[in-house]
Parts: sequence; structure tokens; C-alpha cells
Amino acid sequence: MNSQFFFPALPGESPSEHGYFGAFGGTFIPEALVAAVDEVAVEYERAKADPAFAAEFEQLLAHYAGRPSALTEVPRFAGHAGGARVFLKREDLNHTGSHKINNVLGQALLTKRMGKPRVIAETGAGQHGVATATACALFGLECTIYMGETDIRRQAVNVARMEMLGATVIPVTSGSRTLKDAINETFRDWVANVETTHYIFGTVAGPHPFPAMIRDFQRVIGVEARRQIVERAGRLPDAAIACVGGGSNAIGLFHAFLPDTDVRLIGCEAAGHGVESGKHAATLTAGEPGILHGSRSYVLQDDEGQITEPWSISAGLDYPGVGPEHAFLHDTGRGEYRPVTDAAAMRAFRLLASTEGIIPAIESAHALAGAIDVGTELGPDGLIVVNLSGRGDKDMETAARYFEQDAEAARAGRVQK
Amino acid sequence: MSGNLRLLADTLARAKQENRAALITYMTAGFPTVDDGIAATQAMLNSGADIVEIGLPHSDPVLDGPVIQTADEIALRGGVRIADVIRTVREAYQATGKPVLVMSYWNPIDRYGAERFGGELAKAGGAGCILPDLPVQESALWRETAARHSLATVFVAAPSTTDERLRELTAAGTGFVYASALMGVTGVRDAVSTAAGSLVRRIRAVTELPVCVGIGISDAAQAGRVARFADGVIVASALVKAVLDAPDAAAGTATVAELTTELSRATRRHAD
Ligand SMILES: Cc1ncc(COP(=O)(O)O)c(C=O)c1O
Repeated sequence: MNSQFFFPALPGESPSEHGYFGAFGGTFIPEALVAAVDEVAVEYERAKADPAFAAEFEQLLAHYAGRPSALTEVPRFAGHAGGARVFLKREDLNHTGSHKINNVLGQALLTKRMGKPRVIAETGAGQHGVATATACALFGLECTIYMGETDIRRQAVNVARMEMLGATVIPVTSGSRTLKDAINETFRDWVANVETTHYIFGTVAGPHPFPAMIRDFQRVIGVEARRQIVERAGRLPDAAIACVGGGSNAIGLFHAFLPDTDVRLIGCEAAGHGVESGKHAATLTAGEPGILHGSRSYVLQDDEGQITEPWSISAGLDYPGVGPEHAFLHDTGRGEYRPVTDAAAMRAFRLLASTEGIIPAIESAHALAGAIDVGTELGPDGLIVVNLSGRGDKDMETAARYFEQDAEAARAGRVQK
Repeated sequence: MSGNLRLLADTLARAKQENRAALITYMTAGFPTVDDGIAATQAMLNSGADIVEIGLPHSDPVLDGPVIQTADEIALRGGVRIADVIRTVREAYQATGKPVLVMSYWNPIDRYGAERFGGELAKAGGAGCILPDLPVQESALWRETAARHSLATVFVAAPSTTDERLRELTAAGTGFVYASALMGVTGVRDAVSTAAGSLVRRIRAVTELPVCVGIGISDAAQAGRVARFADGVIVASALVKAVLDAPDAAAGTATVAELTTELSRATRRHAD
């Protein structure tokens, strides 16, 4: 038996034996981690072939995470998006509040199969950390989460949740104190504790097999969305849109649509203060091929290969790398990647809240901003599926501060006039 | 074998003839400044180090503990460039005639261009590279470049490396094998891991290459213990820490020289 999540590979979309999607991917890791990464790859291949694994995963997704997630049409929001029909894939309604739980449940099952008692993970927005802490509580695993100090400040609610769930949260004070640095620190822990510990990586980056494995655990998003949109709208969408940090929610949505060449796959990267400003995290838009965190992909770097510090209002997109499969889709032209500024994302954030009663995660708001533009381009005949990758509860403080400053700036502007 | 790959091999062979382990020490280039880094490197080579490793600073040193992370950060903040790393190699080699290796994460070299980097390194008198995040399966392109320029490619072996992989990486590697004494990042440790001895035995079973042990060796006593069974003893963080903790660069260089002298004495095998 093959579960719906482990569709037979289609040509050109799975990585090569050595984990390459075209020129991107691979395993650029210290020798000390090779055995562990190989073990993950071998165990994952075994698990994929084991109907019991697929069945257990499906049960967890259905009865613990709450899948299938709803597909919600948002006509009042769509009124601001050129009148195109817009449907949201509601990953925000999953248990723990984002798509991250899909991957985490899969990898937690794998951790159990490997007999490892301890789990470590990085987190940016805290959603992956919360999902990991949740699965560890469920499976009785010891859990340590690394989180940049900057992110601990801007996602305080999620730190409290992780601690309530029994995880140890370790602040990371190196570099820009955000997601990239949290990943570095988690790798350092893994090198030292690899015998007892599995690293539940949170996005479709990292060394092979993580990009392919995490995609497989996330592809349920697109499998469901494809079925739901055909049922509801009677046809495939013109575009599937998602935000891209490392790219897990995006590849999760895109993958089932890859063979449908008429469906545009559009990834929205965080452009921060604007790509020209240099303060952004738009890796595919402005980066160059390079190696970060174990694989070759696009990265934000200087002319001598030093990784540059990214910027985004959203902690989950504030990352100078991107998954290798997105680099491949970018170079082949199958995927389109657009920059979305903080300002555009925050406008979309408020718009969805006020028109539809749904408060999105700031990450997901980047995809909503993309949908406003794409909807306007497509016009009233357009049909769009947007991945609402998470809910905005964690972001209320950041949003309040942002809109306050925004209002102040507007007032100051008016006084001057 | 030719060029400074030959010099590296000869240096290790001579230490063996003299019934001692070679002393291999590390310093981050550009730390705290390019000239201070060169001074510290020359001081090590003049105080008994047989071989030095020059660290190419990186923004994301995932295999390094806090000491080398800090040194990298200081060097990068000071604006160190790859040209400065090459100059550090040149000046260390020209002043002492001893083998100088570069230790670097792969992305800076990949971005700079492997051929360009290899050519410049060889021209500066460098003996080769240790590339800790470029495992043997990703290393084909670099190894071709290294061979063209008679540069060593030193692979790291870890306690977790299987015998099959040990065969693979010792067949592909040149110069020596870097045996990681423990599972973990670089840093000062209180005791040398017991994993080192058995790893060295497993490596010797598959290769004639010299085996040098590093990661977490911090003082003369630890170096002495490792020198009994390894062809070389590698000390990094303890020396970088000496510079970090020093009140000024001159004092740092003096402490580095002192520590190197002590370490060098410890690598002689006494009949005990
Ligand atoms: C709600 C939400 N969406 C998106 C992301 C970005 O991750 P990815 O690009 O892997 O989906 C995050 C990451 O923290 C997130 O929390």
C-alpha cells in the first residue's frame, strides 16, 4: 500500500541518489554527522516502504493535527485582489497553529523508529519549536529548542508555549540572533550528541535527505488543496501561492501541482524594507548559488562567500537561505518567486483580519500580499489558492507595534504638510 | 608527490624518525588583525610547531565552539579578505619554510572559485587544505584542483565514521588524516576523549597516511598523552583563546609562543 503522501516519484521532481535537484542540494556536512544523516536517509527509505508507518502518520494527521484542513473562500478579501476568486488553505487551523506540525509528526515517528530518546530543533517564529515540543510531549521524548535572542523577544508567546510543553528553550546569541544562527547552534548540539539525538529540521533545506523527506511530509497540503479546489471551483487554480522562508509550506502546497503545468507556482519571499535597501530576506530574488546549512542552493552572501544578515519583520522568513528544490524550480522557471515588503505584508495582514475575521501569521501575510497582486493581474476570472501557513496569535505584539509606528509616521507626515 | 604536499609529507616523516609526534597548531587569519595574526603564526612556527593551520574566517562556523567563533567574528568585523588569508600563508611560509595549511568552510572557496583559490594558495607556498564541511562525496572538484597544484586534501575522520568510509576518505585524502578526538565542535576540553585511540587504530588498519589527532586538545599533558599513539597532535582553540584573553596583541603572541613551546616538549615520546 502506498499512502497518498508517498506518491510515486515523477521524473525530474525527486532528488538524485545523492540528494541533488539539478545543481542544488547535496550533503555539505561535517564527517561527524555523516553517519547520523545516512541513518536518517536509510530509516526514511524503510519507513516509506512500510505501510504501518504511512498508516500511523495518516492517523496522527487526521486525529491529532486535525486534517484535512479546510479550504476557505474569502470573497471580501478577494474584492481587494482584482475580484479573482481566492481560496485559503487553512494550515492555521492545524493543531499548534501552522503547517509545521505535518513535518514534525512524520519526523517524530521516525525518531521513535530510530530509537533515539532526545530531539533538538531550531525555531524562528517559534511555530516549528512549538510543534516539535508538542510532538515530544506526545511521544515522551526529551526536547531542546534553539532560538535566536531576537526571535525570543518578538515571539514571546511561543517561548512560553514551548516551556509549558516541557521543552528547554536555549537562547542563541551569535550572529544576527535569528533563525540562521539558531540552526548553526542546533547543528553544534547534534555533532556532540548525535548518538542519542535526532535533529528535527524545520524546513526543506539542510543536507539530503531533509529537503526531500520534509517535502514528502508536507505534500499533504497540496494533495488536499488540489482535490478541494477541483471539488469547489470545478477546475484547477491559475496560481498556487505561498510564502517562502526555507520553503516547506510552499513546497508542500506546490508539489501536488507540479505536473499541472498550467498552474503557476508562486513563492513570496520577504523583501523587508525593499530589496534595494539591502535589508531583506529575498534569497531567490537577490541571492547567488552557495552553500549554507548542508546543501547547495541560493544564499544571501557577499563576494567572498560570507553569509549576509537577512531582514524581515517576520521571524519565520528571516533566513538567508532557501531549500534546494526551490532553487531548482526557480532556475527551471517552473516556480516564480516574488519579493514582498514588510509594508505590503502588513497591509495584507490587516486586510484579511478586517474583511474575513482571520488573523494570519505575518509569514503567511506575505503570501496574501502576493495574492492581491496576482489576483489584480488575473482579474475576475482568476482562481487562486493561497497557503495560509499559520495563524497570527504569536504576532499580535509585533503587529501592534508595527501599526502604532505606522500611525505615528502618518501623523507626523500630516503635521508636516 | 611534489610542491608543498611533499614538504608536508617530509615534515611528518621527520618527526616520526625523531620519535615524536608532529605539533600542528592553528590560528585564525586576520585575528585580531591581519598583522597580529601573522605575528602569532610565525611565533608558533618559531617555537616548535612543525605545521600550522590558518583558519579562513567564516560568518557561519558550524563546527566551531565559542572561542573560534569569536575569533572569526573579530576577524570579519576587522574586514579580513581572502587576499589577507593568502598573505598570512605566504608570510608564515616564507619566514619559516614550514608547511602551512588552510582550514576553511567550503562556501568561501566555492564562491571565490576553487581553481583561483588553489592556484593562489599554491603560489603563496601553502601546502593544502582542511575543509571540514566538504565530505569526500562532495569533494571531487576540489581534489582535481588540489592535485593540479600539488596541494594536500586532508579529510577529517570522526569516531562515528564507518570502516567503509574510512577506506574511502583515506584513499581520496593526501598529506595526513585528521582524526577528530571526539564528537563535537572545536573548543577547550578538560580531558581528551578515549575515542581517539580506537579511531586511530581503525584508521591505521586501512591506510599508510600519517594520522594526526585534534579537537579538544588544550594543554601539554593532553598533548603528551595523544603523542604516544598519533603521528601528529593538533591544537587550536587553546592557542586562539590565549590571544583572546591577552591584554594586547604583543602579550597574546608571547603567550602563544610559550604555550607552543610547552606543547612541543610534550610531543616528544619519552621511554616511560
Ligand atoms: C506560519 C509560518 N509560515 C511559514 C514559515 C516559513 O517556513 P517555510 O518557508 O519552511 O514554510 C514559518 C516558519 O517559521 C511559519 O511559522
